[in-house]
Amino acid sequence: MSTLTPIAPDLWTQGAEPQLIGGRLPSGEIVFPLPTGDAATGVEPYPLARRGTLWSWTSQDFRPKSPYEGPSEGPMDFKPYLIGYVELPGEIIVESYIVDAELSDLKLGMAMEFTLTPFDATRATFAFRPEQAA
Amino acid sequence: MNPVYIIGAGIHPFGRTDGRSGREQGVFAVRQALADAGLEWRDIECAYGGSAASGSADVMVNELGLTGLPFINVNNGCATGGSALASAQWAVASGAFDLAIAVGFDKHPRGAFNATPAAYGLPEWYGQTGMMLTTQFFALKIQRYMQLHGITKRTLGLVAEKAFANGAKTDHAWRRSEVDLDTILNAPMINDPLTKFMFCSPAEGGVALILASEKKLRELGSDGVRIGAVAIKTRPPDSFEVFQPAVSVKDGGKPTVLASKRAFEIAGIGPEDIDVAQLQDTESGAEIMHMAENGFCKDGEQEQWLAEGRTKRDGKLPINTDGGCLACGEPIGASGLRQVYENVQQLRGRGGARQVPNAPKTAYSHVYGAPGLSGVAILQR
Repeated sequence: MSTLTPIAPDLWTQGAEPQLIGGRLPSGEIVFPLPTGDAATGVEPYPLARRGTLWSWTSQDFRPKSPYEGPSEGPMDFKPYLIGYVELPGEIIVESYIVDAELSDLKLGMAMEFTLTPFDATRATFAFRPEQAA
Repeated sequence: MNPVYIIGAGIHPFGRTDGRSGREQGVFAVRQALADAGLEWRDIECAYGGSAASGSADVMVNELGLTGLPFINVNNGCATGGSALASAQWAVASGAFDLAIAVGFDKHPRGAFNATPAAYGLPEWYGQTGMMLTTQFFALKIQRYMQLHGITKRTLGLVAEKAFANGAKTDHAWRRSEVDLDTILNAPMINDPLTKFMFCSPAEGGVALILASEKKLRELGSDGVRIGAVAIKTRPPDSFEVFQPAVSVKDGGKPTVLASKRAFEIAGIGPEDIDVAQLQDTESGAEIMHMAENGFCKDGEQEQWLAEGRTKRDGKLPINTDGGCLACGEPIGASGLRQVYENVQQLRGRGGARQVPNAPKTAYSHVYGAPGLSGVAILQR
């Protein structure tokens, strides 16, 4: 994974255990992604929890149109992927790729953990996967 | 506020019409509405209209006539038509005008809508990675709802089956053939749990409605339907809407619930008083969730309602009697007005083969649009 470039800068922290970078508003509310421009005034970067629970999920079974930049060239070599929302307790519910799972594995409230996943030949994006047994 | 009536309704058939632009379909609908009301374009005092992908509505004065009327362009996503109607209603209710028109039209290319992140104030990676699709939002919302409230995939299928059955009897519908439940359930998956037949498709069409004051209604002796209420609400804090990279952990409100409550409050009636309803059904799950969000049933009761056929044309509360978005397709600017057009036809007893029985007296319509707003209109005979 180290050879892959993040899909966007400052989306997650560097290091062995990366975390998504959210923001903490002056009110204490946690938001994601970290606001930019005028909306960033008074917002502190806030690394989000690496563990949470599955809030909802779905499959993407057709190749999205632009602005999607996925690895496939056209509908024939498109590989469906899973996405979902993961609730990070007390923080926020983030939308994410779901990896290392089949559709039939997914259950409401199941334990999920943060990971990085290849997006295409050169870039990585973020994902959650079912929590691996220690 | 003064009472307002719909005295003319026109529609250009939905679906695909090669060689006719979106705006031309809007003009077609305006001319039909004028003929229905027995009026000329020069009689119209103000106009509100919009499209998402077919340009500015006010350009249609070139075709309709340069009468100098104020023509306000409206753009509110899937709620564009609802917003145009609300604006026209407020214009007449305020007493500023006696005759107004609301028009919506569109013409979209095939395939799912592709929104750009910047237009919604979102980072590029959200679109690049393929997480910014309206279809995903609907699937994610109904998936959680099914888990929490015991809704089955079969019930999703029953919604689509009903839509195509109604569309088969509707002149302005796009999908005019019935589709059986097994075909719907076994069709290719789009976004689990929603199959191809459970989603509406981007399409084309145009709708126009002419609104009049009571004075004008009497003067013209029109076959009018009274607008009991219109309400538009944008999203409250902590809600779950389309195009959200993250959702609050707090259980927020819903724009549809707020718009519905407000509309019932204005009309002075409740959900139990409604005879026929058109609820936004961009996919099967949306109709199910919107039944509860608009107050017609409790969460989870839809399972029994659909099993008993309560939302069919001859049921207790017929829903989406022209086949809704599922059978008519989704021209964004026109869909909200199509629902009201359908209610006008039902209340006037002009529904033809799809007319609901027992001379309905009250009709309800609801649209939902990105980035999280809802519009409700209640019509009364």
